[in-house]
Amino acid sequence: MNKVFERLYNGLIKENPTFVLALGMCPTLAVTTSAMNGLGMGLTTTAVLVLSNLIISLLRKVIPNRVRIPAFIVIVASFVTMVQLLLQAYLPSLNDALGVYIPLIVVNCIILGRAESYAYHNKPVASFFDGLGMGLGFSVALTIIGALREILGTGAVFGFKITPEGFVPINIFVLAPGAFFVLAFVTAIMNAVKSKGKVRKTDNAAKANTCAADCSECDKVGCEHRFYDAKESTENPNRPKKNIADIKATDTKIKEDK
Amino acid sequence: MADMSSVKSLLILLVGSSLVSNVVLSQFLGLCPFLGVSKKIKTAAGMGAAVIFVITLASAVAGVVYKFVLVPLEITYLQTIVFILVIAALVQFVEMFLKKAMPALYKALGVYLPLITTNCAVLGVALTNVQKNYGIGTGILNGFATAVGFTIAIVILAGIREKMEYNDVPKPFKGMPIVLLTAGLMAIAFCGFSGLL
Repeated sequence: MNKVFERLYNGLIKENPTFVLALGMCPTLAVTTSAMNGLGMGLTTTAVLVLSNLIISLLRKVIPNRVRIPAFIVIVASFVTMVQLLLQAYLPSLNDALGVYIPLIVVNCIILGRAESYAYHNKPVASFFDGLGMGLGFSVALTIIGALREILGTGAVFGFKITPEGFVPINIFVLAPGAFFVLAFVTAIMNAVKSKGKVRKTDNAAKANTCAADCSECDKVGCEHRFYDAKESTENPNRPKKNIADIKATDTKIKEDK
Repeated sequence: MADMSSVKSLLILLVGSSLVSNVVLSQFLGLCPFLGVSKKIKTAAGMGAAVIFVITLASAVAGVVYKFVLVPLEITYLQTIVFILVIAALVQFVEMFLKKAMPALYKALGVYLPLITTNCAVLGVALTNVQKNYGIGTGILNGFATAVGFTIAIVILAGIREKMEYNDVPKPFKGMPIVLLTAGLMAIAFCGFSGLL
């Protein structure tokens, strides 16, 4: 039971996928034009993440290490397709609002990241709650960003007008540039809080060095979601040196630190 | 295909996909490499070239697979699974092929190729082509234009970041936030292109 709460807390706060790990930036910026869209995208991703984590964890002894990435992709893509069909049938308005970003959940690095770094090495129940925690953390973050943009851009939140009469909505916040601005300020505030408090230990910094962490650091660590782990490809001198073994070592180190 | 009006509509598609609805700045696809590989103009241009190459090829292959396999078999609902596997296999194959056949090109693009599988723009273009009912030829053109738009955006951002490197940025804004602000300003500038159409 303890493990369950630990996983939920981890996903929601300690390793929040958006604010702390900076994962899955594309949907974070693209669909947060309103709080409702953010919440819808968050919950859709949560459903896929929970189910794929559970199935990957159940199959972790069956999936050979060499072809694990394509196996993960097929599992994730199957769930995404199912969720998409359900949305088309029962929530067509949300489906239209999210558009092409629903099938693109497949390439959301949160999902492959959790599969690779958690579900593939842990028991089903823990993986299930890990997915739930991470998914809810993502949903909360998306809802917050969506609500901020909606308030600034239209003066409403979840469609209810909350600003005083004199407030003139700043239209640009619901357009594309506003997404960048809001995320920039939210990240800057997070940075300021972090450097002031120094509460968060090096845990996240170590995590950020792994493949499954910050997308934007991918180029440095060679976050290559390879189709398969070709032996020869690691010998390529052009490729960044860090390989799966190092990443796994960092991961186990993190687990020991806990 | 040859008459004037279709040439005009293709030109509009080209400008629209590359500049007006720019893939990163207005559709938010492929943000990871956009933010991650944009520290230097040279690497940004390399990434851009690799993206142009892969997206054009991927839209061609995905278009063919969709028209000649998925539609006749009536399994179009499997498009997401099929496309992602086709793209992943394609990138792997292109890498092996370039390594054997064109070592010079491989040396230039090699480092960037594996990173592209994680680029959601590739899958995004393949899916948009299907959603908008583009034919194979139009789809390839759309893919090419989208990738050119990506390259333009990433090279400009890299240029700005090179100039910005020694600027006195407030501490909390160092790193990601200032890059996001820059991208936001670029997005405003790119909004201006909507007057073109």
